[in-house]
Amino acid sequence: MNNNPAFEGIQKTIDNNDVVLFMKGNPDTPQCGFSSTVVNILRHLQIPFGSADVLADPELRDGIKSFSNWPTIPQLYVKGEFVGGCDIVTEMYQSGELKDLFAEKGVASA
Amino acid sequence: MAMTADHIKLLIEQGLPGAQIEIKDLAGDGDHYAASIIWDGFRELPRVRQHQLVYDALDGRMGRELHALALTTTTPES
Repeated sequence: MNNNPAFEGIQKTIDNNDVVLFMKGNPDTPQCGFSSTVVNILRHLQIPFGSADVLADPELRDGIKSFSNWPTIPQLYVKGEFVGGCDIVTEMYQSGELKDLFAEKGVASA
Repeated sequence: MAMTADHIKLLIEQGLPGAQIEIKDLAGDGDHYAASIIWDGFRELPRVRQHQLVYDALDGRMGRELHALALTTTTPES
């Protein structure tokens, strides 16, 4: 594992939440359209999730991109697995794949 | 600094040899594009891995010069 100082904190965040969204802002006040789209999808599916505001922590903002090898924010993790950004989560939501993924991973909706 | 559609297409062609690429300019600001890419190399790969390959081809520009690239990745009908 790379010795990026942010990785340890990122791994902890991912381990401590079945579902976690690395986003700009927080779920109640998203600071970017892509981030709020994913928040709305998770809320529509009534999936409880943790979140991390990359705007509040520049080290996290860059660290998560190399951690996931994914250049943009938001980033969704489910049970420790990187699912994707706004495009992929939206596509999976529209096709029903996202709901299946949560069921398959044993993530219950609220 | 922004990017042109041709430059994006060229980079992806180099990174994914033989891919069929269509770039749409979404906002006319050189920053928001959509790309649909048909490439045999995507076969059997999860969607997130397919997109990562496209981002690798863009060599670090995604999220910097290029703010948004809506990606549609598929394999050729076999």
